[in-house]
Amino acid sequence: MSFLEYAPAPESTALLSLQSEYGLFIDGSFRAGSNPTFSTISPATEKHIATIASASSADVDAAVAAARRAYDSTWSRLSGRDRGKYLFRIARLVQERARELAVAESLDNGKPIKESRDVDVPLVAAWFFYYAGWADKLDHAGLGADPRALGVAAQVIPWNFPLLMLAWKIAPALAAGNTVVLKPAETTPLTALLFAEIVQQAGLPDGVVNIITGAGSTGRDLVNHPDVNKVAFTGSTSVGREIARSLAGTSKKLTLELGGKGANIVFDDAPIDEAVEGIVRGIFFNQGHVCCAGSRLLVQENIHDEVVDRLKARLSTLRVGDPLDKNTDVGAINSAEQLARIRELSDIGEAEGASRWSPACDLPADGFWFAPTIFTNVSTASRIARDEIFGPVLSILSFRTPAEAIAKANNTPYGLSAGIWSSNGSRVLAVADKLRAGVVWANTFNQFDPSSPFGGYKESGYGREGGKQGLAAYLAPAASSRGAVERASGAAEIDSGNVESLALPITNEGSSK
Amino acid sequence: MSHLAVPKTYKLYIGGKFPRSESGRVYEIVDASGEFLANAAHASRKDARDAVVAARAAVSGWSKATGYNRGQVLYRIAELLEGRRAQFVDEIVRSEGVSAAAATAQVDEAIDRWIWYAGWADKYVQVAGNANAVSGPYFNISVPEPTGVVAIVAPQDSSLVGFISAVAPALVAGNTVVVIAAERLPLSAISLAEVLATSDVPGGVVNILTGSPAEIAPWLASHADVNALDLVGAGALDWVQLQIDAAETLKRVFPPEQGSDAAAPSLARIVGFTETKTVWHTKSLI
Repeated sequence: MSFLEYAPAPESTALLSLQSEYGLFIDGSFRAGSNPTFSTISPATEKHIATIASASSADVDAAVAAARRAYDSTWSRLSGRDRGKYLFRIARLVQERARELAVAESLDNGKPIKESRDVDVPLVAAWFFYYAGWADKLDHAGLGADPRALGVAAQVIPWNFPLLMLAWKIAPALAAGNTVVLKPAETTPLTALLFAEIVQQAGLPDGVVNIITGAGSTGRDLVNHPDVNKVAFTGSTSVGREIARSLAGTSKKLTLELGGKGANIVFDDAPIDEAVEGIVRGIFFNQGHVCCAGSRLLVQENIHDEVVDRLKARLSTLRVGDPLDKNTDVGAINSAEQLARIRELSDIGEAEGASRWSPACDLPADGFWFAPTIFTNVSTASRIARDEIFGPVLSILSFRTPAEAIAKANNTPYGLSAGIWSSNGSRVLAVADKLRAGVVWANTFNQFDPSSPFGGYKESGYGREGGKQGLAAYLAPAASSRGAVERASGAAEIDSGNVESLALPITNEGSSK
Repeated sequence: MSHLAVPKTYKLYIGGKFPRSESGRVYEIVDASGEFLANAAHASRKDARDAVVAARAAVSGWSKATGYNRGQVLYRIAELLEGRRAQFVDEIVRSEGVSAAAATAQVDEAIDRWIWYAGWADKYVQVAGNANAVSGPYFNISVPEPTGVVAIVAPQDSSLVGFISAVAPALVAGNTVVVIAAERLPLSAISLAEVLATSDVPGGVVNILTGSPAEIAPWLASHADVNALDLVGAGALDWVQLQIDAAETLKRVFPPEQGSDAAAPSLARIVGFTETKTVWHTKSLI
């Protein structure tokens, strides 16, 4: 062993006691699905983990019906205080089973255990804890007194942060008084099914949380189900667009958290060491499978070469390999399909004239792997500067003036995240003002917190998750205030909290009132 | 000696100017008894696109103006409307065939609503934004910002108050608008354009098209440089298809509303066409 090499330190999988087969979690218990089962595998080894049920349209009907019954008969009648207590229970159960969940997540998703252990799972607990406290304080959510839950929420989540995205969806929905049917991604159902066990341990009334596994068609059946009142989707912009189309003309309230091509802007007065760490965190965190990744690095021209050199030196120390190894920095690509897309776009980047570089690293023979990659000499028109790659691939561009940096950063149909690195506080604030992105990280990147709203501008979607805004996304104003004629002459009486009554997108409530 | 009236030529309002429709088309506006009132410009797809270009160009200046400044500029509109009350009342009486009292009530309501919205310009950020207590050494704040270019189908059964109720909230936050006036009642909208043109509202912030909403709205709904779509007056159109068109670029959409309380004043109409931006900044450990 040479300097910077470590002996393997794999996290034990012994504390996992997985079932060999998982059914659909509907109405408080597991049942077989009607469609053929599928296998969930470890992307690091391609080994089978468990057999997973696949929900048919009839299964989706059953899950939505269970959620509706639970909404009508128990959950909507429960006090906010008691809903909150259930959510606090869930937060504590997640903390108690944190290590198990982290191991399962890294096994099923391929992300490094240090991330699932130190980021994903702690945030899951934090999300439930945060929204638990909201459940009996909905009058302060910004919609005026006595806001109403929407009913049954259909939630479809991606594979990049399987359990964390579940928490982002379920915690605010339940706090607001909705019941949910959630579909995890096809390649990462495992932790959602463990979460179903936690729901059982928490004694949550049957049908309040339903988890149905399957492929894209299951998700389509779910969001298009006529008895669903709210749809929340995190995933690709193309699927988000399809959902927005299919929900047109319905009264379903919609939150979309879609793709991104975040700019990470480094000014020449930035603290370079911290910036290099932030660049790495921005694009190599979670193998770059992050919708808000800082996938376009914009470096001021006079420090471009220095930053690239330091970045290369830093990347050479990244450890790529076994996700369960505590020393691993970059884990496995989540699926063969995603690996193929990353390879294709990287090849296109090279073909379009950008210079490609990766550190020397031995990739395991089995599983799906892609070495951390950076591209320099990237044109703004190149596919790798425009398309979301969703992998450990960084495109580096340069700029001379703040105005040019802002123009390049905003030159995208996306608008989810951006980063600014500078020691000049007033410059940071001025640039932050002009970036068309829902989350701006200054001298940091990829920070998340349940109290901090997250979501996109433009084609990165609409609605916010986290914070008061994320709670309001699952609420409607009190029926008595809806559609009330609020005359300007009575402005003092206008409910100033009535912020979300037109919450996007479209409901046709207006035409029926 | 009698005075022979000098009728007004009603044109479009795009980028602060009053062009005729590039198509050369007009359509007849009649009063409640069917008598000829005016020929209004019949806007085309090209006019709609020109209006979007003008609106986009105006976003930068209007959205970066301070709330206090936008509030004063909007308040000034109310001052000018007040001075022209008689003209608007007369126009509404002739267009809608209502009594002078009803027309006066409509103008008064429109002015009052406009002032109500003007007052929000430097306040909605405080009400809809928040500081976030994250668990770490970070400054973290969320503020609403304007969505960008908003296309509006104005309420179709109102000359002035419906139009103002749809346009004002979008402007408060710093958006610019392209608005299709009521098809049969467009005259007050163009008269309002004369007010806007002589006020401090920069050209391009408000662009007004007259003509067929059914013909123009689809081009705005599918336009890639339009960020949001207010279908408040689109109830009689195939608005579901407009919403489907809008999904292509994930526009924010308000649904149609019917009746006298359509587009009733609410903070939600302001905040609905804003985007919440959350900024994190590190705090040093001292």
